[in-house]
Amino acid sequence: MLTKRIIPCLDVKDGRVVKGTSFARLRDAGDPVALASFYYREGADELVFLDITATPEGRDTMVEVVERISEKVFMPLTVGGGLRAVSDMRRLLMAGADKVSINSAAVSTPELISEGAAKFGSQCIVVAIDAKRLENSKEPRWEVYIHSGQKPTGKDALAWAERAVMLGAGEILLTSIDADGHKAGYDLELTRIISEAVSVPVIASGGAGTPEDLYMALTEGKADAVLAASIFHYGTHPVGEIKKYLKQKGIAVRV
Amino acid sequence: MTVPQPVITIIDYGASNLRSVTNAIRRLGYQPLVTGSAKEIAGADAVILPGVGAAPDTMVSLDKLGLLAPIKEYIAAGRPFLGVCVGLQVLFTSTEEGGGAPCLDIIPGRVKKLSGDLKIPHMGWNQVKQLVSHPLFRGVPQTANFYFVHSYYADPADRSVVIGATDYGQAFASVIARGSMVATQFHPEKSGESGLKIYDNFIRMAGAGK
Repeated sequence: MLTKRIIPCLDVKDGRVVKGTSFARLRDAGDPVALASFYYREGADELVFLDITATPEGRDTMVEVVERISEKVFMPLTVGGGLRAVSDMRRLLMAGADKVSINSAAVSTPELISEGAAKFGSQCIVVAIDAKRLENSKEPRWEVYIHSGQKPTGKDALAWAERAVMLGAGEILLTSIDADGHKAGYDLELTRIISEAVSVPVIASGGAGTPEDLYMALTEGKADAVLAASIFHYGTHPVGEIKKYLKQKGIAVRV
Repeated sequence: MTVPQPVITIIDYGASNLRSVTNAIRRLGYQPLVTGSAKEIAGADAVILPGVGAAPDTMVSLDKLGLLAPIKEYIAAGRPFLGVCVGLQVLFTSTEEGGGAPCLDIIPGRVKKLSGDLKIPHMGWNQVKQLVSHPLFRGVPQTANFYFVHSYYADPADRSVVIGATDYGQAFASVIARGSMVATQFHPEKSGESGLKIYDNFIRMAGAGK
C-alpha cells in the first residue's frame, strides 16, 4: 500500500536554512546538509528545499548545496524557488534533485510547466500554489498569490491547479497563506477541494502545529503528503513521533 | 592484498537521476564508471541503466548514442545488468507511452499506463512483496518500503520473470529478474538504506558471477 509522505521543508537563504512566520519574519535554523542528514536518519519520506535567495550567487550556492545533500541522503529531494527557465530546472536535477518546484514563474509563464514536463517528465515538475481565502465570497474560494505570497494574481486557486495539471504538473504543493506560520492546522477545505479535483498527488502545506494537524490534512484534507517546517526544525514533534502517532490512528506510513 | 574492484558501469545518456545513482554506488565504496560509450559497456563487470521520465525519450537517447545493440548484446551474453525505473521499462517489447513506441524487446511484454481511481503518478514509498527468494533481496525485509515515481508499469508475458510485486490499485511487477539481468520499477537510489542494500546485493551478485 502506498504510504502517506511526511515532508520537512527547509527554506534556504544564501546556503542557510531559515523559516518565516507567514512569510515575513525569518529565524536561522541551521545548515541544510546537516539538517537533511538528520531528517534522513529520522525517517522523513522526502525533503523540500525552497531557495528564497534573490541573487544569482545565491542560486549557484543552492546548486552546490543540492550536490552535497545528494551525496549524503538517499531519499527524494524537491527544490524550488526562483526557477525561471528549463535550464534552471536542468541544473538542479543534474545536481541531484528529483523534482523541481515552480511557483511565480509558472503563473507568468505557464508553458514552463509543459516544457519542463516534456523535457524531464511530469513526475519532475511540482507546481507550488500559494493560496489565500477570499473573504467576501459566497462559495469557498481562494486566490493565487505569487512572489512569496506578496502579490495577488486574481487567479482562482482551484482553476489554476487544474490547469497546471493539464499542462503537465506531476504534483501540487499547496500552501495556505492564511494558515502558514500560525501552527493552528492546515486549511483543510482548500486542501480537500484541490486534492479531489486533480489527478496528481497534493502536498498540504502551511499551518502544522501538532501531529493531529497532519492527521487531519491526510484524512479530512485528502492530502497525499504533508509538509511542515518549524515543528520539525525546532524539535517540537520529531518525524518519528509523528509517524508513530499517524500509524496508531490507522494511516499507512513508512516506519 | 587488495581485491580488484569490479568495473561497475553506469550508462550515461542524460537521465536526470544519473548523479543520485552514482552517489549511491559511491556510498557503497565503489568507484563506478559513468559512460555513454558502447565499448566501455562491453568491458563492464556490471552495468546499471538509470532512468527517469519517458521511456520513448530514453529509447531515442540510447539510440543516438548507438547503445541499443550493445545493451542487447551485453544482456544476451548473460552478464550482470540492473535497470532502474525507465531502465526497467525499456527492457520490454514496447510501451504505450507517448502514443506507443518500441523498446529493447529483451523481455516479452508491454509497458502500460497505470489506471483506476488513483492518483497518477504513483508517487511515494510502497512495499515490495518478494515472490521468490532471490540474492537481490538478501537482507531486505518483506516490510521494506521503496520509493516509486511512475505512471506506467511493465506487464511481462511470462510471469516467471516477476520476483517482486507492488500494489497500487492493482498488483504490478516491481522487480524483474532473468538470469543475471535484474530491474526495479522503484528507485533504489532514493529508497534509503533498503535501496542501498539492493545496489549492494546486485554488485555482490555480479562479483560472484566472475
